[in-house]
Amino acid sequence: MKPRVLVVDDDSSLAEMLGIMLRSEGFEPAFVPDGSRALAAFREVKPDIVLLDLMLPGMSGIDVCRAVRAESGTPIIMLTAKTDTVDIVLGLESGADDYVVKPFKPKELTARMRARLRRYDEAGGETLQIGPPDSAVSIDVQAHQVVRDGQQISLTPLEFDLLVALARKPRQVFTREVLLEQVWGYRHAADTRLVNVHVQRLRSKVERDPERPEVVLTVRGVGYKAGPP
Amino acid sequence: MNPAARRQLPGGFEALPAWIYQRLQSTLDWLDRRLRPAVAGLSTRWRRSLQLRVATTTILVTSFIVLLIGQFLVDQIGNGVLKAKRDASITQASLGLEAANAAFDGVAPGDPVSIRQAVDQIVSDPVQSTATLGSGALFSKVVRSIDQAVNRQLPVSQPIPDALRRQVDRGTLAVQYAPVRTPGQAGEVPGLIVGQPITTQAGAFELYYLFPLTAEQRTLSLVQRTVLIAGLALVLLVAMIAALVTRQVVRPVRVAAQTAGRLAGGELSQRIQVSGEDDIALLGESFNDMANSLQQQIQRLENLSRVQQRFTSDVSHELRTPLTTIRMAAEFLYTSRTDFAPELARAVELLGNELDRFESLLGDLLEISRYDAGAAHLETEQADLRGVVERAVAAAGPLADRHGVELRCELPDAPVIAEMDARRIERVLRNLLGNALDHAEGRPVTVRVGFDASSVAVTVRDQGVGLRPGEAALVFNRFWRADPSRSRLTGGTGLGLAISLEDVRLHHGWLQAWGARGHGAVFRMTLPRVAGGQLSGSPLPLEPPGVLA
Repeated sequence: MKPRVLVVDDDSSLAEMLGIMLRSEGFEPAFVPDGSRALAAFREVKPDIVLLDLMLPGMSGIDVCRAVRAESGTPIIMLTAKTDTVDIVLGLESGADDYVVKPFKPKELTARMRARLRRYDEAGGETLQIGPPDSAVSIDVQAHQVVRDGQQISLTPLEFDLLVALARKPRQVFTREVLLEQVWGYRHAADTRLVNVHVQRLRSKVERDPERPEVVLTVRGVGYKAGPP
Repeated sequence: MNPAARRQLPGGFEALPAWIYQRLQSTLDWLDRRLRPAVAGLSTRWRRSLQLRVATTTILVTSFIVLLIGQFLVDQIGNGVLKAKRDASITQASLGLEAANAAFDGVAPGDPVSIRQAVDQIVSDPVQSTATLGSGALFSKVVRSIDQAVNRQLPVSQPIPDALRRQVDRGTLAVQYAPVRTPGQAGEVPGLIVGQPITTQAGAFELYYLFPLTAEQRTLSLVQRTVLIAGLALVLLVAMIAALVTRQVVRPVRVAAQTAGRLAGGELSQRIQVSGEDDIALLGESFNDMANSLQQQIQRLENLSRVQQRFTSDVSHELRTPLTTIRMAAEFLYTSRTDFAPELARAVELLGNELDRFESLLGDLLEISRYDAGAAHLETEQADLRGVVERAVAAAGPLADRHGVELRCELPDAPVIAEMDARRIERVLRNLLGNALDHAEGRPVTVRVGFDASSVAVTVRDQGVGLRPGEAALVFNRFWRADPSRSRLTGGTGLGLAISLEDVRLHHGWLQAWGARGHGAVFRMTLPRVAGGQLSGSPLPLEPPGVLA
């Protein structure tokens, strides 16, 4: 089945061109030019991935992103013309998984999309445990479930992938670049802010006190690693 | 203490015994150690405090003037008092002459008993002794004879100075200041002696009037004390007035200086409180006016910067969206170029290539306008410079292969940690590497990382065409090209090094270039280890060893 893509962009030429390109790459695109109608379209289309412009009439891309994230973990890739750190970090913090800066190369965009649509499809009921032993975080990889203290934690697929990547090699310190490659699928160096923002989002969900992390630890000057199981 | 600054005893002291010399020298050293900080502290205060300087100068000048006036006053009063005393004394003595002559009347010469009686009468004449002649009232008398034989029989209570006696012997009235003994008091007191000759039938005698000056001296010392106390009080008063007046002037100046300091520190709303209409108030008003116009100017510039930033952001968005569509369309055409006629296919290829250039140029332009608008901010974190270099070198790999240039990397074994915006530094390194590879002419390019306690550095060295003298300063200029004829072949936008320079400046670092014709070029980036730190040097040399510039 072709992956469904919801394109939220007010520029009709760009949307049309994106449509041509996406269809030729084997996606099934749907379009909405208005931020205020984006959420309704999202519920109707039930896309596998969302391409979201940040500057939209009606409702800003940031707000659309928050609204979608509030009800679904569907991957969101921001299309942004703004390269200022503030804008990008704001977009990521509102829940976007990744971003591409206009003007992007079509191959770059489809690579980003495929990386987000890729699933861990290893066989076997793998269960991982990280964090302090008295309150460990257990991850059921196949069932896509994370439980801490008997409570299920709802993570977006990206956050889940990030956690699994760290948990699979609990003693290894991951540099941001390695994480970008393993989780986001970047083949060469990209924006490490992606990692920083998503680690923060992940911590806010799995840590008891995000200020003093026990599950996802920072290794100063290097990167991150999983807390001891 | 710095031994070189040790104070030496002046020459000539070497003649002293060694232990004394050493003792002296050590005392001098001790004094030097003790006094130097105190003197230094005082000289600092002297330089810094206008009030201290004015007060001190006033004290010195006033003291000098008061001293002069005091001296003059004391002299004048003293002279006046003494002159009155002298006049009175002479009058007294003249009056006594007649009485003395009368006493000698009928005394036969050579009759010691009569002479003695006459002299006793003169000396103890109660009327004369208590004569009311003003301040010269108290005195005693001495009668001397020229005849030593007679002299010996006369009562002597007081030696008379020889000089005075000689004058009197010549037959004139003479006056001299000399210490005198007063009856009822031990010792001598300052006094005035008036001598005059008495010529009688009994022989020639000298009559001396001895006036003690005790009362005058008391008056004079009272006057001196009074003048001294008044003078001191005057000096103190003037010093206090000077300090007070200076304080009145200095205080508003200090307030102005503090306010100016805060203003310079960015507190643009700082103003001076102005009261009154005097010169100081004028200073305050002018200062406030200056601050106002400064604030307006800065706000205007800030607005301008905001507008510029906003414009850049808008242009960015407005240009980027259509460019995305064009790029996708071009890419789409490019994938189907095999279906086109050859000319059409080539046109599509050119379209794609030029779009790449256009895009990087647009990106660089927006980046640099962001710097110009002051909108660039650092996101510093601790990072290993080796990792950043390795990523930049890896990214430059394809370009190196295309140019057929070997990329050598010399990295330390230990981590080179510094606070930096790794994204920007990597971009700088990519620019430097791209630049070096473009100009390497097939010879190897070497990247070296160095560090010391306070800074880290990277040099990128190529051994290509190099730079002409003076060009090292130009390479960071926007759109500057070393050789316009070959520039078209290389891919740069002409803004890469300018952006790199801004990136490094944002880190408070240095980006420097060196080049010599035929020896290639070296670009060196030096960053402080701690964000915002000051650089004093670089751990790596800019010029390669063995090459003369």
